[in-house]
Amino acid sequence: MAITLNINGTRREFDGDPNTPLLWVIREDLGLTGTKYGCGIAQCGACTVHVDGQTLRSCSAPVSAVANRQVTTIEGLSSRAAKAVQKAWVDLDVVQCGYCQSGQIMSATALLEKKPKPSDTDIDHAMAGNICRCATYQRIRAAIHAASTQLAG
Amino acid sequence: MHPLMNRFHDEERRRLMEFHGVQETIAPLVSRRVFLQSAGATGLAIGFGWLAPMDANAALPGVEGAAASPLAPNAFVRVGTDNLVTVICKHHEMGQGNTTGLASLVADELDADWSLVRTEYAPSDANLYKNLAFGMQGTGGSSAIANSFLQYRSAGATARAMLVAAAAEAWHVPAGEIRTSKSMLTHSSGRRATYGEMAVAASRQMPPDNPPMKSAAQFTFIGKDRSTPRVDSPSKCNGTATYTIDVKLPGLLAAVIAWPPSFGAKLVSFDATDAKNVKGVTDVVEVPEGVAVVATGTWAALQGRRALKVQWDESASHELDSEALLARYRAQAAQPGTPFTKPASTSATPAPVKTIEAVYEFPFLAHASMEPMNCVAWLHDGMLETWSGHQFPTFDHMLAAKAAGLPMDKVKLHTLVSGGSFGRRANVWSDFTVAAVNVAKAIGGRAPVRLQFSREDDTGAGQYRPMYVHAVKVGLDAQGRVATWQHTVVGQSILAGGPMAEMMIKDGIDPTSVEGVLNSIYDLPMLAGSLHSPALAVRPLWWRSVGNTHTAYVMETMIDELAAAAGRDPVTFRLSLLGKKPRAAAVLKLAADKAGWGKTRRSGVAQGIAVHESFDTFVAQVAEVSMRNGKVKVERVVCAVDCGVPVNPDVIRAQMEGCIGFALGALYYSEIEIKAGRAAQRNFDTYRALRIHEMPKVEVHIVPSTEKPSGVGEPGVPPLAPAVANAVAKLGGQRVRRLPFTRAGLVET
Repeated sequence: MAITLNINGTRREFDGDPNTPLLWVIREDLGLTGTKYGCGIAQCGACTVHVDGQTLRSCSAPVSAVANRQVTTIEGLSSRAAKAVQKAWVDLDVVQCGYCQSGQIMSATALLEKKPKPSDTDIDHAMAGNICRCATYQRIRAAIHAASTQLAG
Repeated sequence: MHPLMNRFHDEERRRLMEFHGVQETIAPLVSRRVFLQSAGATGLAIGFGWLAPMDANAALPGVEGAAASPLAPNAFVRVGTDNLVTVICKHHEMGQGNTTGLASLVADELDADWSLVRTEYAPSDANLYKNLAFGMQGTGGSSAIANSFLQYRSAGATARAMLVAAAAEAWHVPAGEIRTSKSMLTHSSGRRATYGEMAVAASRQMPPDNPPMKSAAQFTFIGKDRSTPRVDSPSKCNGTATYTIDVKLPGLLAAVIAWPPSFGAKLVSFDATDAKNVKGVTDVVEVPEGVAVVATGTWAALQGRRALKVQWDESASHELDSEALLARYRAQAAQPGTPFTKPASTSATPAPVKTIEAVYEFPFLAHASMEPMNCVAWLHDGMLETWSGHQFPTFDHMLAAKAAGLPMDKVKLHTLVSGGSFGRRANVWSDFTVAAVNVAKAIGGRAPVRLQFSREDDTGAGQYRPMYVHAVKVGLDAQGRVATWQHTVVGQSILAGGPMAEMMIKDGIDPTSVEGVLNSIYDLPMLAGSLHSPALAVRPLWWRSVGNTHTAYVMETMIDELAAAAGRDPVTFRLSLLGKKPRAAAVLKLAADKAGWGKTRRSGVAQGIAVHESFDTFVAQVAEVSMRNGKVKVERVVCAVDCGVPVNPDVIRAQMEGCIGFALGALYYSEIEIKAGRAAQRNFDTYRALRIHEMPKVEVHIVPSTEKPSGVGEPGVPPLAPAVANAVAKLGGQRVRRLPFTRAGLVET
């Protein structure tokens, strides 16, 4: 039986193996490739999406688990916090290879949507699940603070 | 890639083709016709082959057709009637920012409006796009900006001169009266035109032999902080950047390979029955690398591989064990090997009265870039196309052609940005490219196919920074000065057995095994070196900063020990040995000064320092480290870098920050152990990377310089680990001689 998905506000049907991780459905069945594969075991965060506003490692969640829930990927970010995060990321040139950055931006956005003025400790907690091998962490932290300032203004 | 590869020129390229059994001459990949058709916008096109870095004023060959037609061949820059400037980048972008750097070199001399500058990645064509430091097309050795500095500026200056000449002709005014700025041509008479408006007329101009180039004082982008933000930021922040894993083609299949589970294992047999029953699996085929499972999607391919039954012969690999290997290396380190010596300094060698000995042990390291290795291969219509992060296009091109059984002119590479490399994609064996071609062949070219490594495949695949042991014995005279230095290195040669061995290994010494020792920045008495290069079934590879990853640790922690033994301050002791290296001395002093070196710290906090030269760049770092309950935390790193003319200061800062975090993660956690021939660490749960809460505050200070630019992608790595280790020694007295720190219990595991 087909699973009904709501991805970035659009209703989509998936009738493959319900155990397929959400990541591969998003990337290969729906063609939204901004969400990345990094480890497959929820260790690196490159696959982070939002489900009902909460971060989820899509590589380790079966697609059946998100049936009829609101899934947001990097392509569907539209909130005020998300736009502030993306702007801060560009303003500070956070990226290097960029492969992890969709996931970083998803985690940072979820943090700011809940906590518009996060402390460094809040940032550590929210972002520790996202690995960046280029180690852009200093700029990630600075960009989250910059986005927070922008949201307050 | 290594700077010593600068001996690697056309003759060597021919030898390389012989080595790989590739007979065809290197032909431009894309025929001129195809290239012109794909070039798109009409307008001014500047083309020339290549320009030796020290010969910027030589005539520029290869501009045939440019004057007659705006559709002339071009190598580095196009100016379209749409007013856009397109810079064609010959180097691979894996995060280090060279796309932005190359574009800024052209844009500066062209006086382009940065918002109108676009970039493209060059096709594989060693004649047009070779790295001038290597003689082949490839990115590595922190050489992208260094080898392109004059070449790309000259390309921009040529385009500007042709636009100016066209305007002068159209306006009947002397060229010298025309001003250019922000992609506009202006004259005091009030005449003005955009570059786009003048592009067709400019294309009819003769390209000048000696286009005027700017003096440093005239630069508008080079060295101007934040004047050229990264061109790849927007696409990497909204998910639209296309990596290999994102390639979309009609009917594209996904493949994974059941790789040998241990180093040296041989395929005996396999039973594909269950694998083929997995929905979506289309093919299960033997390839030279193992057994490929091909499917309509990656998940189905992974499930198919899980269901596949494979029998391997692991008899040859069972005994390979990294702990046993380490014991063997330690024993070898006590024996003389192949000698290498650093010539004696002019100062007389005093007699030693005291000796300090130490043995250092370094693990295998995987690169663990965020994007696991992958390549798309498509055999169709008598040709092969590949899409990948082709860091060494010339090698990948030759070896893909060989694997496909096609001449090189029937093979087209599409180079995409990659999700990191750290050396892994710079690979003379082109392992993942060749494997993808083999899978494409095995399915008879029925469809394009993306070979994808899982994280476990990637981490377990070998191609590691080799394990090394150093044994060092230093004699000090009565005044605490270095009198003798004996240094033995044991570890695999990265170059041995490969196509570059013959030209780079001299007198049995692989320079990548001893760089940083043999060419130490310190003015030491004769250094008596000895090298053992054992061979293993685990393929070695360069890992961000190559030999300096271990040699800098040894040299910089030993120098610190010697300073302590002599009762001298680590900075003044180093300075006493840096009389012949003023740039090293300068970064050392700058880092110490900015860090507040010598000032009292709160209890439980100490600073350590290190300085190193690699890839012609000098970096010093002060690490401020705290210790609580025996666990260390690097709180702050102050970094001073001299990379010659700082082309893009913000990218330099970013690379130093990134190098520091990358090196710190390795220092804390990274180790691949081999047990019964298998890599024991396969994913980020056991092969840990630095995370955000562990990232120190980094301050970067760039030395203003007019020296020729040198690289920044790697040189920030080597000083970090010894600087931290030197601080740890101050805090607890422990001299850490085996890495990573988990071995010493200094970090939480």
